[in-house]
Amino acid sequence: MSPMFQIDFGRPVRSRVVGIDLGTTNSLVAYMDLTSPKVIPDPGGSLIVPSVVSLSGAGELVAGNEGRQMLLTDPERTVYSVKRLMGKGAADVQDELQLFPFHIASASDAVIQIELGDRTFTPPEISAQILRQLKSNAEAYFGERVTQAVITVPAYFNDAQRQATKDAGRIAGLEVLRLVNEPTAAALAYGLDKRKEGVVAVYDLGGGTFDISILKLHQGIFEVLATNGDTHLGGDDIDNLLLRIALEDTATEWGEDLSTNHEAIQLLRRAVIEAKEQLSTVPVTSIRLEYHGKKYERELTRELFEQLITPIVDRTLAPCRNCIHDAGLNVEQIDEVVLVGGSTRIPLVRQAVEKLFRAKPHTELNPEQVVALGAAVQAAILAGDVTDKLLLDVTPLSLGIETMGGVVSKLIHRNSTIPASATEVFTTAVEGQRNVLIHVVQGERELARDCRSLARFDLKDIDPMPAGMARIEVRFLIDANGILNVTARDIRTGKEQSMEVKPSYGLTDEQVEAMIRESIDLAEEDFKARQVREAQVEADTILAAVERARDNEAWLELDDEERSRIERAVNELLMAYHADDHLLIRAQIDKLNTVTMKLAENMMNTAVRSALKGTKI
Amino acid sequence: MEACWQCGHPQHESLFCQFCNSLQRPTPDYYRFLGLERKLSLDSKDLQNRFYNLSRLLHPDRYLRRTPKERQYSLEATAILNDAYRVLRDHVLRAEYVLKEEGFNIGEQRSENVPPELLEEVFELNLALEELRGGDSSARPQLCEAYARFVAMQDEADNRLSELFRRYDTTGDREALAEVRGVLNRRKYIRNLVSEVEKELAASAA
Ligand SMILES: [Zn+2]
Repeated sequence: MSPMFQIDFGRPVRSRVVGIDLGTTNSLVAYMDLTSPKVIPDPGGSLIVPSVVSLSGAGELVAGNEGRQMLLTDPERTVYSVKRLMGKGAADVQDELQLFPFHIASASDAVIQIELGDRTFTPPEISAQILRQLKSNAEAYFGERVTQAVITVPAYFNDAQRQATKDAGRIAGLEVLRLVNEPTAAALAYGLDKRKEGVVAVYDLGGGTFDISILKLHQGIFEVLATNGDTHLGGDDIDNLLLRIALEDTATEWGEDLSTNHEAIQLLRRAVIEAKEQLSTVPVTSIRLEYHGKKYERELTRELFEQLITPIVDRTLAPCRNCIHDAGLNVEQIDEVVLVGGSTRIPLVRQAVEKLFRAKPHTELNPEQVVALGAAVQAAILAGDVTDKLLLDVTPLSLGIETMGGVVSKLIHRNSTIPASATEVFTTAVEGQRNVLIHVVQGERELARDCRSLARFDLKDIDPMPAGMARIEVRFLIDANGILNVTARDIRTGKEQSMEVKPSYGLTDEQVEAMIRESIDLAEEDFKARQVREAQVEADTILAAVERARDNEAWLELDDEERSRIERAVNELLMAYHADDHLLIRAQIDKLNTVTMKLAENMMNTAVRSALKGTKI
Repeated sequence: MEACWQCGHPQHESLFCQFCNSLQRPTPDYYRFLGLERKLSLDSKDLQNRFYNLSRLLHPDRYLRRTPKERQYSLEATAILNDAYRVLRDHVLRAEYVLKEEGFNIGEQRSENVPPELLEEVFELNLALEELRGGDSSARPQLCEAYARFVAMQDEADNRLSELFRRYDTTGDREALAEVRGVLNRRKYIRNLVSEVEKELAASAA
């Protein structure tokens, strides 16, 4: 097209920023349409990508519905709820690993290594596969590359969990422009700022995490006053509770322990989830399983279900009360409550929220989509397309350093608006000391060993001098993603102080870089495989045509040498067919094309002759 | 006086260059950053408005498509803004900040250093706390009474602080600041007692 006809919008073409809800159970990708956020469907029209990743027989990671399917056929090569493992060490997750069909490698330490087949993957790599699926859905939808995203995380995620999420994005080939807290994103999606002023509580009970956030709205500014939560509480816990009951039942009724039978467990898990979901609308249902000719059925009333899950629902209430207190408010000062997450469909959860906040909660938006929709709004804010809204979020956990006797000295308190910073001056304790080690932790407890170790910073190459003379200023800055950045400066010289960072959990930068390179190699391999397949399809077409031609009278019109040239070319193409080299296949196709030129001509003539024969002149 | 990093024009401590409008390196001084005089008494409504308006201008969300330098300045400026708002809206943190900027040493108030006039009362209180922790709930009424008394003392300290704030703001008198430091230490001590009693009463009620 000539440039004359191109429309100039007066600004450079920018890549699209999408919003992603990377959930424990399901993930979604959304974008900002002209006026409102919309969830992007996959090519099959489905809005939800199950957060399940499996290693196929061909050694490829597959995510989404395909992964979910393999959870039944290949449970030991399939990972679900990987979000629960993000930013964790092996020791943190011993309990829940018992319920997972996959295994983790014994060498796992600072980063969990998940064993699938004969390969191992870290949680960020598994999450990256889900992100790749979402990215490719968005690219298919727009017909253009998508390279920038906003990804949501539970508000109560710590530094390591946030960093792991960001790493997953990088591995998937996405520049993560911002991590946004899920409840805050939900508030944004509800467009509650239309009422201009007020205080809103967002209660977010998802598959694996619980968050409560309290926000103040003021002329388009969403100011989070306080947040609280539990990164280990969600719908999964309800499923596991019902699953244990069903396993006990089948053990007594069938005399068979299914708890080590991964295939049966996955079928049973589907059955309890179905029953759970039904109880949100009907008063009684059953958990049903048919397995190798055996039948199991247990009636489950909503009443019993509610008794069973009351302890889980109650566990959300203390964080809510603490959050109201931390926001410096009384419950009467909260104007509205928003429900987020699939588990808030449960009537008992709604009742508990209504009772605690003394307000009827908002449920207009689909609780499974609202976070992704909010992420899309934030994406539009970052892209500069939405200018009348601004999020001011907080850090969920206090940041401190370990001091004498293992006591924590808090530098940045929880619920501080981010970005937030603190500066400390460090010195040496003995003459000639060259290094100072700073242990940074996150959490509310007094002792460092009761908090979450975040990283150790080693201030190196300090000029030798008498004790207490060195003065090194260290600046701790939590950015708008809730991730810590540390810089250090020698006050005497004004120069940047060199230091080494050893994160306690998570991948080093080098490891992430290596994974990105590997994934680019993989993408290259995928591309090559596709080219080979395309060449093979073409070869199939021409080989079939040659076979059909053997019955044609034109074949008989060829001389022996012409026929044997064709036979030779056919054989060579068949040999090249499985060589994994699309160029070789194409070369042989060209050759076969050349030697069958005469044949094709003959066939054309035959066709013309027979057409003439059948036509009366 | 610094020059604009972008166009080189001299700057007068403003957030943005008056000529090319690019974001400048932010000052770390909380008062100067917010465009306020260094006063101990502040209008909280005015402070909040400044915070919201500056957030709209400076937040990193608004600088994603800008140069790396402006993005860095936006991050630093917003961190200072948030830190400043957190400190200046709280009268105790604000007074501590001003004391530090004026060269006063405000070390940690140690719990051993009981203000002498409170010695007897604190002794009684600790006994009652011990009894309550030991499961003797007969100490409850006495503690509730003591609690009310300490809360009143805290209010009294706050009133005294307001007076001293006004005196310093009008006269710039450093003696007033020295007195502020004394009241702050006393208040901090009382505050710790109040929260300890609060905690014990809540625990024994549960
Ligand atoms: Zn300038």
